[in-house]
Amino acid sequence: MKYLQQETVTKRMHSRLKMNGLWKTLFILATSFALLALAVLLFRILSQGAGYLNFDFITNFASRIPEKAGIKAALIGSLWLMAIVAPVSIILGVSTAIYLEEYAKKNKLNDFIRMNISNLAGVPSIVFGLLGLTIFVRLMDLGKSILAAGFTMSLLILPVIIVAAQEAIRAVPNEQREASYGMGATKWQTIVRVVLPAAIPGILTGSILALSRAIGETAPLVVIGIPVILQFLPTGIMDSFTALPMQIFDWAKRPQEEFQYVAAAGIIVLMTVLIFMNSIAIFIRNKFQKRY
Amino acid sequence: MSQSVQQMIAESRKKKGKKFIEKMVPILLFAAAAISVLTTFGIVFTLIFETVEFFTRVSITDYLFGTQWLPFSGKEPLYGVLPLIMGTFKVTFIAIIVAVPFGLGAAIYLSEYASEKVRRTVKPILEVLAGVPTIVYGFFALTFVTPILQTIIPDLKIFNALSPGIVVGVMILPMIASMSEDAMSSVPNSIREGALGLGATKFEVAVKIVLPAALSGIIASVVLATSRAIGETMIVSLAGGSTPLFNFGFTDSIQTMTAYIVQVTTGDAGYGTTIYYSIYAVGFTLFIFTLVMNLLAQYISKRFREEY
Repeated sequence: MKYLQQETVTKRMHSRLKMNGLWKTLFILATSFALLALAVLLFRILSQGAGYLNFDFITNFASRIPEKAGIKAALIGSLWLMAIVAPVSIILGVSTAIYLEEYAKKNKLNDFIRMNISNLAGVPSIVFGLLGLTIFVRLMDLGKSILAAGFTMSLLILPVIIVAAQEAIRAVPNEQREASYGMGATKWQTIVRVVLPAAIPGILTGSILALSRAIGETAPLVVIGIPVILQFLPTGIMDSFTALPMQIFDWAKRPQEEFQYVAAAGIIVLMTVLIFMNSIAIFIRNKFQKRY
Repeated sequence: MSQSVQQMIAESRKKKGKKFIEKMVPILLFAAAAISVLTTFGIVFTLIFETVEFFTRVSITDYLFGTQWLPFSGKEPLYGVLPLIMGTFKVTFIAIIVAVPFGLGAAIYLSEYASEKVRRTVKPILEVLAGVPTIVYGFFALTFVTPILQTIIPDLKIFNALSPGIVVGVMILPMIASMSEDAMSSVPNSIREGALGLGATKFEVAVKIVLPAALSGIIASVVLATSRAIGETMIVSLAGGSTPLFNFGFTDSIQTMTAYIVQVTTGDAGYGTTIYYSIYAVGFTLFIFTLVMNLLAQYISKRFREEY
């Protein structure tokens, strides 16, 4: 008696394997589509902007004449913005993470804070712009200053930094804390001298990635209404300023074709800054991150 | 050393500063944590107050059910929000149609077929794609995707729903791919091996075993990506146009809720005008949409999660 009809099995197996092969190709194609999109995007912007990218472009102010337009004010403005966003968002974010991971007891209030943070991460950036416009620009009367924009951006990336710092702190094994307590250290001593040093690479990596998001973010700046064409550099945090994405947005909107190339050159500068920041983040992650 | 350990402990206890720090620190840290809660309250109250002011000037039914959005027509401005919602809906719809098949396909490939080496190279590249600023995508949509689409569809206007829709799709694709991949990777290997041992092909394992097991995570990723697409601003401002129309066409100029806010804030509508308050009403509407989406995603991933 035969239990297996070899012929039928081979036949059915053949078609099933064929299906498998076909779908595998489709899945690979789907993956390649994403990679291809990135390649086309980068190539397109490089080929459009390379012609306008030179030393003058970096050192000139914005201009009505495409050939003379430069990105100096925007580049310096973005650096000023980071000078506010980095300390404010990292101090607030890491403090919140320490509170949630080391101090917060399991109760309704702390659950609410956690839920609130994850919901805040999903609020569109333009809504943060409305918040900044109402609270910082008008209510606190900071005007369209670096400080007002910096506070707005800090709140926008705060949830990202909190989550990254929480993960980094959670990754520090409890044995290290207990060893520290065992030596007679207090809770705060343990956090400052044991937990934070171990968590710093993770915190830094997450913070840099969050900051690079803040550099590329446009919508909140548009809503706050920061100016685009500036012929001077800011000298303090209460001065008005412009930023890289804002400048690119203005160029991209202009009808003259030449400004498209200027916009592309601006994008190259922006992307270079982002790639630089991301490489630092990856470097820190690979060099200093310990796995327990 | 003449001091004994007991003496050291006793001395350290005497220091008052240390005790003070230990008590103050949790309070300070809690204050920092409270900032994020205050931010949420700030957002909600800002939106509510200014929206209430808007509704003292425009009737709420006109706003919710009006099919004409003409705030700039001098004599009789019309504030019916449906055309803006329609604009947002069109772009989101196209984005999802682009992002779900490609994102899910990439997720299945990376989690079920790809070797460790391929996965380690492709995932960071997807992260780069997710890190590209939206202004760059907007520029790309306007200067590259639209002209190409115009050669295929001659009717297509310079500003339309199709081009920003596709590009928003590319923008949210990495999000769907990486979150779904995470969900599928967390399905334990023993289940896969059980199916493979019974003679299933890799494709059958992926579709009949892994996909159903990871479904809650996958749906949550799609809902979150939808929320991101709804809130997307720069791509639609640059490539979508500023003509809010209540129809189902994809080739004409549109305006989304976000693009309207950008149009008003880059223009010169004065503080205190009805137009000024209208951006808060539109912002509030947008906020409600994304909030519902985010809560839905959280509910799905909590409620339907398969625990192994």
